Amino acid sequence: MSKISAAVVRKLAALSRLQLTDEEVERYQKDLSEILSYVEVLQSVDVAGLEPTSQVTGLMNVTRPDEVLDYKTTPQQLLKNAPAVEAHQFKVKRII
Amino acid sequence: MSWEPISEITKKVQAGKLKAIDLVDESVKSIKANIDYHALLTTADKSDIVEKAYKKAQEIDEKVKKGEKVGRLAGVPFIAKDNFLATSGYTTAASWILAPFEAPYQATAINRLEAEGALLVGKANLDAFAHGSSTENSRFGPTLNPHDKTRVPGGSSGGSGAAVALDIAPFALGTDTGGSIRLPASYCGVVGYKPTYGLVSRYGVVAMASSTDVIGPLTRRVDDTAVVLDVISGKDVFDGTTIERDSTSYLQLDTNLKGKKIGIIKQYFTDGLDRGVKKQIEISIEKLKKAGAEVREINLPSIDLALACYYIIVPAEVSSNLSRYDGQRYGYSAKEAKNLDESYEITRDLGFEAENKRRIMIGTYVLSSGYYDAYYRKAQTVRTKLINEFNDVFNTVDFLLGPTAPTTAFKIGANVDSPLQMYLADIMTVAVNLVGIPAISLPAGESENMPVGLQLMAPQHRDRALLGLAKAYEELA
Repeated sequence: MSKISAAVVRKLAALSRLQLTDEEVERYQKDLSEILSYVEVLQSVDVAGLEPTSQVTGLMNVTRPDEVLDYKTTPQQLLKNAPAVEAHQFKVKRII
Repeated sequence: MSWEPISEITKKVQAGKLKAIDLVDESVKSIKANIDYHALLTTADKSDIVEKAYKKAQEIDEKVKKGEKVGRLAGVPFIAKDNFLATSGYTTAASWILAPFEAPYQATAINRLEAEGALLVGKANLDAFAHGSSTENSRFGPTLNPHDKTRVPGGSSGGSGAAVALDIAPFALGTDTGGSIRLPASYCGVVGYKPTYGLVSRYGVVAMASSTDVIGPLTRRVDDTAVVLDVISGKDVFDGTTIERDSTSYLQLDTNLKGKKIGIIKQYFTDGLDRGVKKQIEISIEKLKKAGAEVREINLPSIDLALACYYIIVPAEVSSNLSRYDGQRYGYSAKEAKNLDESYEITRDLGFEAENKRRIMIGTYVLSSGYYDAYYRKAQTVRTKLINEFNDVFNTVDFLLGPTAPTTAFKIGANVDSPLQMYLADIMTVAVNLVGIPAISLPAGESENMPVGLQLMAPQHRDRALLGLAKAYEELA
């Protein structure tokens, strides 16, 4: 069984922007190890000569006319959901 | 009361024999009577959704009074899984990170249904972000199975399945990324339809895994599925993955079973299959044979790999699709954060459910450099192998058949300690999503008083043929 270390879980959490508690790290170490062991079955599958599939219906380069559409959505509607707003803009924590 | 077929309801509404307002009343009554099951995340009282439904119902009734023509679904109440954006009420995806979120636009599917006079009366519970097989991953608590309150309704569209089984509305919309329409349909004893990938627009639906997500209806009967599919399917400029549909109605079905070739998926009949479920599926097969279908066992050797393949590809796509939830522009935002990084990290840790976080981290792992080829690329290539096997088999048979799930609905809490055990509930449904073909789960008797689901599959774009077979089966049952 592939064993995921606490350090790997912490690294994955950092990459995923998740601040995990120590209990969570322990729990996900177990869960992730179990899941990754299960999917290991694919390692031994012979796929010689096959290409990977990323989509299944064969559509390519689907575009639509570059036209402005009126959604009748107002800036106020969009800002209504924001956790913090100032001067008609999304307000975030100080970056610099 | 139980609902008449949708085409009967709409005929009566158009003729003025049934009032749309009374139909909304029926739904509201049922929402209130079944509150214990927690099928919905919305209420009947003080609900923007219900108020809007009443207003629209009144407009329909006035039009009928004036002798004007009303839409194909005029007056028919429906439920949408709460990962569909609607401009009335809130959209939560059963997650804390979207609380509260008032969608500024609406899903194409809901727009199309409303344009034909269907009336949204509530939003259904789900596993948060549709991650799960039991609806227990909802931040707002599980939905109970209408046949046994100690059991799960299946997931992730568990609220939609329960709502239809409880007669809250004649149909509900769900989403199916790996079985999330078919599994609850099976566990709740209703019809659940997963269309060909791309047949129904996903615009305005919370994305989970973009290469497998589809949306579809849960109903009481195949004809109702066809009516709803008629309205929601077809190309949408706002979803680049949508495909053209043919112009004939999905109600035009070929139900003749004579000479239809049906392949029984050998790999689905192993020791892991519950005996009671197996018995009901065998009875179904006998019925189809007697009615003239040519049934034979077929071999799909790579189908046993589908679940492993799925649990690499889907978390990878999940980790990407869920990166947008960062607590800055909408939804929950951790107040205690001291800087922007902390704001992202605490918001996401507290806002997501454990299963969301597991999938995000698995996805991040299989996509990270050094592991990408071994996991993600390998899974995508095994996906090709699986697709090739299905294509080969569909050269010899018209349809495939198996159970929807290895067991009937399990007890609440039975699988919560082992995510892997929970994943195994989807073992018979995920292959369909990886291959992009249509599939349906139909009620097929009971095992120890719990419903059993029969799963039928067809090649891509053969949705009409599949519904025809499903209706033929329904008439036999």
